[in-house]
Amino acid sequence: MTVQELPGAAYRPTPPPAWKPITDPAPLLPDPEPYRVLGTDAVADVDPELLLRLHAELVRGRRYNAQATALTKQGRLAVYPSSTGQEACEIAAALVLEERDWLFPSYRDTLAAVARGLDPVEALTLLRGDRHTGYDPREHRIAPLCTPLATQLPHAVGLAHAARLKGDDVVALAMVGDGGTSEGDFHEALNFAAVWKAPVVFFVQNNGFAISVPLAKQTAAPSLAHKAVGYGMPGRLVDGNDAAAVHQVLSEAVARARRGEGPTLVEAVTYRMEAHTNADDATRYRVDSEVEAWKAHDPVRLLERELTERGLLDDAGIEQAKEAAERMAATLRDRMNADPELAPMDLFTHVYAEQTSQLREQAAALRAELDAEQDHDEHGPEAGR
Amino acid sequence: MTTAAVTAEGRPVKAKPATMAQALGRALRDAMAEDPAVHVLGEDVGTLGGVFRITDGLAKEFGDDRCTDTPLAEAGILGAAVGMAMYGLRPVVEMQFDAFAYPAFEQLMSHVAKMRNRTGGAMPLPITVRVPYGGGIGGVEHHSDSSEAYYMATPGLHVVTPATVEDAYGLLRESIASDDPVVFLEPKRLYWSKADWSPEAPAAVEPIGKAVVRRPGRSATLITYGPSLPVCMEAAEAALAEGWDLEVVDLRSLVPFDDETVAASVRRTGRAVVVHESPGFGGPGGEIAARITERCFHHLEAPVLRVAGFDIPYPPPMLERHHLPGVDRVLDAVARLQWEADS
Repeated sequence: MTVQELPGAAYRPTPPPAWKPITDPAPLLPDPEPYRVLGTDAVADVDPELLLRLHAELVRGRRYNAQATALTKQGRLAVYPSSTGQEACEIAAALVLEERDWLFPSYRDTLAAVARGLDPVEALTLLRGDRHTGYDPREHRIAPLCTPLATQLPHAVGLAHAARLKGDDVVALAMVGDGGTSEGDFHEALNFAAVWKAPVVFFVQNNGFAISVPLAKQTAAPSLAHKAVGYGMPGRLVDGNDAAAVHQVLSEAVARARRGEGPTLVEAVTYRMEAHTNADDATRYRVDSEVEAWKAHDPVRLLERELTERGLLDDAGIEQAKEAAERMAATLRDRMNADPELAPMDLFTHVYAEQTSQLREQAAALRAELDAEQDHDEHGPEAGR
Repeated sequence: MTTAAVTAEGRPVKAKPATMAQALGRALRDAMAEDPAVHVLGEDVGTLGGVFRITDGLAKEFGDDRCTDTPLAEAGILGAAVGMAMYGLRPVVEMQFDAFAYPAFEQLMSHVAKMRNRTGGAMPLPITVRVPYGGGIGGVEHHSDSSEAYYMATPGLHVVTPATVEDAYGLLRESIASDDPVVFLEPKRLYWSKADWSPEAPAAVEPIGKAVVRRPGRSATLITYGPSLPVCMEAAEAALAEGWDLEVVDLRSLVPFDDETVAASVRRTGRAVVVHESPGFGGPGGEIAARITERCFHHLEAPVLRVAGFDIPYPPPMLERHHLPGVDRVLDAVARLQWEADS
């Protein structure tokens, strides 16, 4: 099927009064309330093994967030945007993908990359600051962590479109926050994906804030998931702190994309428990009581309650999950405490396939500066005079 | 540099007049035929063949999936091309006009230019962004910008612009084959310029990054590119009457910049004028003049001068002739190169 044979191409505007929408928007609309699984009848259909896996990953993810934040205080990370409180979203996004699929994370989504199997040190390299991307995106099928908001969404569309043209069974899952939905690239990506029927899942974590700006100042839409209707794709609204629900909704969206039925927009309602980053002061724009209220709806506690009430998890099991998380954190701390090897001459290596004459000149100048520094360090200020 | 026009089978081919537009279209066609990874995408590039008809026939020959009419959104087009390149395709994006490429700037600056660097060389993006640029075609506002200064100030991009029919074909083929992203600036007022050229056996041209002396001379060097090359060639002919034998250097690419050819020419002639349509302030001419001064100071008989567009938003079409550097303005600049000091 070529793009021009897609159903959308059949649309031709006709003059009024004959004009009518070609699609009934009702099936595209999200549920009125965020979809939940934990504490509802739907949980009976979920594989207990999956729930236990989600629990172990959530505990590990919570500990990972705490460790990464601690590393900023020790000066081992330049900055860390924490996903504490959003672990259910991060973990589910990673677990619903096959190895051949692609993940397009934003800067707050290192946990999703780690949950996909990426080495945490490689995931955190950008935020440590010794190089931009700490891993080979093609090897892990994880796009570089994206800082300019929503700009990675059209990449996910292009990649998924290219895979489909090549006949490969590949789905792209692209992550963005509530603030990112206001960007033009969000709109363009969703529109392209819908027109091309690209196998993409757009996953919005609505954590309530874009740094300090609350959702009410971001959009007048009934929900972010409603935006899907304007593009002709389904919107799904899910409780972002219910790991089983996020896993189910994302799995269904991935399966739909895999069947060739096109993209889905998923909005997960969650809450950013920490400030935007370690450098931010959240007390300037929100009250503690709000944060406290969300603690009652904590993703780790929600899942733990479900598992213990059903007798699937006991104190020993919880302890076991915590110990595994501690081991991960200790290893991460030790490895991040080693100074990274800096390679200043690499600054010129990967600008172009072949260095320009100008870059060769500048590299030589830096080489001379580095040699002089080394000479000074080894032989004192009189060296070379 | 020209080679004898022969077909692949070695039969001589008669070169016939061809336009730059035809040579560009042929380059796209040949690149697509040679490499299935090459995909063309943009606004109106499919059924219509592009507003300048550069992509005419491509959708018919290769199908809509290889030459795709996209939704009207430049950031989306280039952003999608980034993803396609990440998956191993070689996208060629058409921006409909210079000033309509601006919505794609963030994708270009933050991703296209930087992805090789951001990933330590793991994921270069072989994307060609074709941009019809410059004035002189009577376009109303937003259709005639010379935006090359923005692109050349962005490390990671190659900035290429042909001025001849042969270069249009050769440089576009090389740009598409390049593993680096290339902003390929097409001088729209030269789209209909003609030269004897045979599509069956296109002449080989110098590679990207190499400037070419289009007219050797001894008195002074005119350094130019793209739409201003014919102006400089005409000025050089007219200058003979004044007793000036001008050398004309066609840069062909602003990035990489060929310091060697430019400096060698200016050392020979001792005088230089940079000519371009782009506004002078913050334009390519300032960078080029500085580079010449740094390298050729003791050979210079006069300051390096610039003939550029005024530092104004591109004017309405009925006034554009006053803005565009013409032959007279180039000759006036040559006259100001302190010749009296020679006598």
